[in-house]
Amino acid sequence: MMNANETYEHILDCKGVYKSFGGTHALQDVQLQVKKGEVHALLGENGAGKSTLMKIIIGLQKQDAGEIFFEGKPYNANDPAEAIRAGISMIHQELNPEPYLSIAESIFLKREDTFHHTPFLNKKETNRRAVELLKQYNLNMNPKALMESLTLAQMQMIEILKAVSCNARLVIMDEPTSSLDSEETERLFKTIRNLKEQGVTIIYISHRMEEIFQICDSYSVFRDGHFIGTGKVDQISVNELITMMVGRKVENIFPKVDCPAGDVVFKAEGLCGKGFHDISFEVRAGEIVGFSGLVGSGRSETMRAIFGLDPLTSGKMYLNGKEIKIKSPRSAISKGIAMINEDRKNYGLCLFRSIRENISLPNLPARQKGFLLNQRREKNECRVVAKTLTVKMASIESQAYSLSGGNQQKVVIAKWVMASPKLLILDEPTRGVDVGAKSEIHALMSKFASEGMAIIMVSSELPEVMGMSDRILIYHEGRINGEVMRADILNASVNQETILSKEFGGR
Amino acid sequence: MNKKQDTRVLGMDQHDLNIFMKRYGIVFVMLGMFVILMFASPNFLKTNNLINILVSVSINGVLALGMVFVITAGGIDLSVGAMLALASTTIGVVLNLTGNNLLACLAAILICGLLGFVNGVLVAKFNMFPFVVTLASQLVIRGLGFVISGGYSFALANPKFSQIGLGKLFPLMPYPVIILLVVFMISYILLHWTKFGRYVYAVGGNINAATASGVNIFWTRTMTFVISGIFAGIAGILMTAKINAAQPNIGVGYETDAIAACVIGGASFAGGVSTIPGTLVGIVIIGLIYNGMNLIGIESYYQTIVKGLLIIGAVMLDMTINKKRG
Ligand SMILES: Nc1ncnc2c1ncn2[C@@H]1O[C@H](COP(=O)(O)OP(=O)(O)OP(=O)(O)O)[C@@H](O)[C@H]1O
Ligand SMILES: [Mg+2]
Repeated sequence: MMNANETYEHILDCKGVYKSFGGTHALQDVQLQVKKGEVHALLGENGAGKSTLMKIIIGLQKQDAGEIFFEGKPYNANDPAEAIRAGISMIHQELNPEPYLSIAESIFLKREDTFHHTPFLNKKETNRRAVELLKQYNLNMNPKALMESLTLAQMQMIEILKAVSCNARLVIMDEPTSSLDSEETERLFKTIRNLKEQGVTIIYISHRMEEIFQICDSYSVFRDGHFIGTGKVDQISVNELITMMVGRKVENIFPKVDCPAGDVVFKAEGLCGKGFHDISFEVRAGEIVGFSGLVGSGRSETMRAIFGLDPLTSGKMYLNGKEIKIKSPRSAISKGIAMINEDRKNYGLCLFRSIRENISLPNLPARQKGFLLNQRREKNECRVVAKTLTVKMASIESQAYSLSGGNQQKVVIAKWVMASPKLLILDEPTRGVDVGAKSEIHALMSKFASEGMAIIMVSSELPEVMGMSDRILIYHEGRINGEVMRADILNASVNQETILSKEFGGR
Repeated sequence: MNKKQDTRVLGMDQHDLNIFMKRYGIVFVMLGMFVILMFASPNFLKTNNLINILVSVSINGVLALGMVFVITAGGIDLSVGAMLALASTTIGVVLNLTGNNLLACLAAILICGLLGFVNGVLVAKFNMFPFVVTLASQLVIRGLGFVISGGYSFALANPKFSQIGLGKLFPLMPYPVIILLVVFMISYILLHWTKFGRYVYAVGGNINAATASGVNIFWTRTMTFVISGIFAGIAGILMTAKINAAQPNIGVGYETDAIAACVIGGASFAGGVSTIPGTLVGIVIIGLIYNGMNLIGIESYYQTIVKGLLIIGAVMLDMTINKKRG
């Protein structure tokens, strides 16, 4: 673009990077080479060190050793602002929007227009530039809308606009699709292709293998902080990639065990609340009921209301045939209902407390009868579940913030695995979890179902819903718009397109 | 292959060192002060002086141990200074009526605990800011103290009451020190060894996650204020015994020292982070500041300045360490 003499082969070249946190070696002699204008997938299990390397590149963390070249020149950023000035932007795994800024203010944060040589803000000009940018990327949004009014997908788009408006030549996307539905993902891909045409290079991190083959040109794989290999996406198969990541073969992506459904455990009748209307369904013992739909179609809102996090305006719920009233998560838990929230940062974890405390928090009333805590027992029990879920951690006493994104998710699941509830609600349970652990979690779900638990699973990942559910309820704009049985999926009379069209309101 | 640059201290790398300093740094500050004072004043290490330090921190110590519960749950209690005064006048009035020391003490603890409960309900039920609630309630509480005492200080009807402040269990251990240690043990058990303590940490650490985990938010937050109130009542007993009179105008500004002890001891204002032993260290450090400056002969005006600077230093340290967590 601006460089007259592009003599470099790789726009980004990291060599021999080391980084450790105490005894945890997050990166050891890692390399990463990215060609200009390509979409480069960075793959690896949870805790492999992907986010850590990216944080080093944009100056959020310092490497212990190693060199980085950007556009052929030695590069080193002390903070993200410096990285942006150099031409590198990052869309983070966990978004941190400023809720009370408008879209325009958010895009041009710290680069506001002012009236000629004065410190006074020229909001008109800022808004005009925002409108231009939104139009350029075909986004139909009001630049004056507040960030808090946006969906996660929209916030992400704004982050991307921010990046390109800073004239970024390298954009890093850390699991951008983990909270998007299929439609939003498609829109993101369009934007990525658009960026690519303009010569922007992209590093793309994701645990969804099918996406890698849709959008990426080449890949690099990390395992346990080591560099394993790199190559072109069209010269490798999914299974080969997974083997590179995990170091072994992962059999059976969806280990669903069919088991006979028992009595009705949970029954909802005409539930209404904010974002959903007239929802009726039942879940039997041993059954996994999947809820599919677009993001914002009201699935999570329904689950939150069932669990007592939001109020119901009308409707009845029955547990084991008896009508129940749930006013708070506490009453839900005491009745035997557990819920894994989709929003792990806000509703899942106390980031500055230990893994042990996080896991045992909802289980204290049931497992600690005496006045004093039996901390040794607690420690042992927590270690066992953490191990079942393959949480990669320095110690059970490490604080939750020190875990990688996927491992934090596993801790959230561990909290409720221990509770062995009658009805388990999982809202996006495998968000950001790697392939191996994902199949581990699915196996666990199957095991619980076969032990007679009733399970509700909300997921925006269609393959997951289709692979794991005995029955799928499809949401459209706050109402149930269809039901699909497992048999129909197995005999292929229903496929992804059928379900998608129902999610969009088709009959 | 090992190109890693080694910047090791005591066998720890940078990351371990950060964690170590976060956990124990404040203990070194305390030990450092000990050493400095040892050399600065020959009187410092005398048993009498050391016991004096403990006696002098006992009132603030009991207040701080209550305060740390509130701060850990993400709140703050500015009303503890006023509660000292109310406890004192309550004791005076009850002694006048009955002459019974035990009854007087129980009445003081009860009334302070009750007012703590009111603070807690206002915060937890109506979701008001703890700062605002207790800023206002301290006026009410201090006013109550004036009302029941008629605005005057008066002598205690039972002369034995002052023994609580002056008496000793063994020839060495004054009662205030014993009470401080008992309150310390109770606090330690409550915060670190019970479900309630866990809930306090969870509520302060992430209130949404605590709700979604089935923690009774209302009860937990309210109880922290009740504990703070009860401990303020106990501190009020110690104070009344020390001055051997019921006074409605005591305890002004005592909340500052209590908060300072918590913050120096590693409690974070964001909530969810604190330890009871750390708080004790914070309490001792404040005691050492006063005692050391007295021994060296620094005027009390300067003592306040030094204390203020130390709090700012402690908060700054807390923030830089927190930033590194990212
Ligand atoms: N601030 C920190 N303190 C201590 N350990 C950390 C810290 N940040 C990361 N780690 C550790 O470094 C390792 C690599 O983490 P990283 O976040 O880079 O993984 P990741 O590849 O992004 O995984 P995921 O797919 O789950 O997001 C993990 O073992 C993690 O526990
Ligand atoms: Mg990551």
